[in-house]
Amino acid sequence: MSEKTFAGKIVNLSDEGYFEDSSQWSREIAAEMAKEDGLELTEKHFEVLEYLRKEAATGAALSIRKVGKSGIVDIKGLYVLFPGGPLKFSSKYAGIAKPSSCV
Amino acid sequence: MKKLLILGAGTAGTMMANKLHKVFDKEEWQITIVDQYKTHYYQPGFLFIPFNIYNKQDVIKPKSNFFPPGVKVIYSVIDKIVGEENKVLLEGGQVLQYDYMIIATGTETRPDETPGLKGKLWYKEIFDFYTIEGACALQRYFKNFTGGKLVMVISEIPYKCPVAPIEFVCLAEAYFTKKGIRDKVDITYVTPMSGAFTKPVASKMLGDLLEEKNIHVESDFYMERVDNDKKTIVAYDEREIEFDVLTVVPVNMGSEMIERSGLGDDLNFIPTDKHTLQSDKFKNVFVLGDASNIPTSKAGSVAHFAAEILMDNLMSAIEARPLLAKFDGHANCYIETGYGKGALIDFNYDTEPLPGTFPLPGIGPFGLLKNTKINHYGKVMFRWIYWHILLKGKEMPIEADMTMAGKKRI
Repeated sequence: MSEKTFAGKIVNLSDEGYFEDSSQWSREIAAEMAKEDGLELTEKHFEVLEYLRKEAATGAALSIRKVGKSGIVDIKGLYVLFPGGPLKFSSKYAGIAKPSSCV
Repeated sequence: MKKLLILGAGTAGTMMANKLHKVFDKEEWQITIVDQYKTHYYQPGFLFIPFNIYNKQDVIKPKSNFFPPGVKVIYSVIDKIVGEENKVLLEGGQVLQYDYMIIATGTETRPDETPGLKGKLWYKEIFDFYTIEGACALQRYFKNFTGGKLVMVISEIPYKCPVAPIEFVCLAEAYFTKKGIRDKVDITYVTPMSGAFTKPVASKMLGDLLEEKNIHVESDFYMERVDNDKKTIVAYDEREIEFDVLTVVPVNMGSEMIERSGLGDDLNFIPTDKHTLQSDKFKNVFVLGDASNIPTSKAGSVAHFAAEILMDNLMSAIEARPLLAKFDGHANCYIETGYGKGALIDFNYDTEPLPGTFPLPGIGPFGLLKNTKINHYGKVMFRWIYWHILLKGKEMPIEADMTMAGKKRI
């Protein structure tokens, strides 16, 4: 576990870089986190992040397939938004735990 | 008379029928089990068929061998569950009422979910080994295979028996070496995960093992479609991998009956309390095995450990007591690595697979995350244990809860 400062706020992150506490999230933090990875977040990105936060709050298991069926973006589009690991990166910026579909 | 209904007579359902038959008062309870098929498959054995180690007759027995007397068996397709009315409709119009129900309808492979997978190369140069048909077709194909690019691809997570594709490439490597054509075969392991396995310590151990065997791992590859003309698999990020022969773990989904009943998530797995194993929607319904959405491996060992917990909680529910037994997600998997050796992993929701000894701390005889001969014999013996002990719901000398004794934190 580590502490990191984004947009002037201290955030607790897991060893893999996911939020320990989802309530510490803000759009500004997400934008700055993504910027560090060289990604500029647009409104479309935020639509995905808000969707993930909403789903995660209900305890739903998240998968790329699920996001692809959300009506916000299809799977291909999701890869364009978050290249190289769409669910991995989007859940990081959404401030939710690492998706547990990986078992 | 009160009615207990079990849907699905695979590993999980058969085990529960046997366990419940032992404790239920026959005057008070009627147990009914429903399944559309009459044959029970020893699914861990499918993996060995392509390599001529097992044949079809080694992995099949009639389901009827494993039902205790007095349990009512119905062979029928299930149309749907109407949980609000505590009833299940069968194909042909029969209606089954229940007081309590256990859903154990498992998961199935759905190659049709990936465009191009079931195209002109299906069972000619593209095979699964999760069905008896696929495993036998691949056995025939490998007999005449002289070399080329073998690609093993995992379509979607979760899928049944997370270690099976790793075992497959290890066994293939050994098989081609024995045939004297290893230098003519390129083996590539393609996975949507970030490494050979999900959890870090096991992923490293298994990743290293594959590297040692000169098996290339292509990670974070999420397959969109198969191009039958170019003989490539194409990922959503446009990466392409060529194959001469493709072996695939197709998308896994729960039964379509679950979808018809409006009970599943987007992969038809049933939202289930991961500790009590009670359905989120209906208090008199429990879910065992691959049919549920609990975040652990889809595997017989999980169903076996969970069955004890489910048993406790079902009895509590019947007697209107709180559900106190908590499943910890315990899974235990033998991993065949070829050349008469095997590895073993033991883990749960919170603890990833760690090195050590199993089941006796410090003694074993099995080594966790170690590649040994004795682990392989464990897997070989398991087929006997499966038919004679596990399915019949008899006691095994392994606790349902995972233990840290014998494991080493690293």
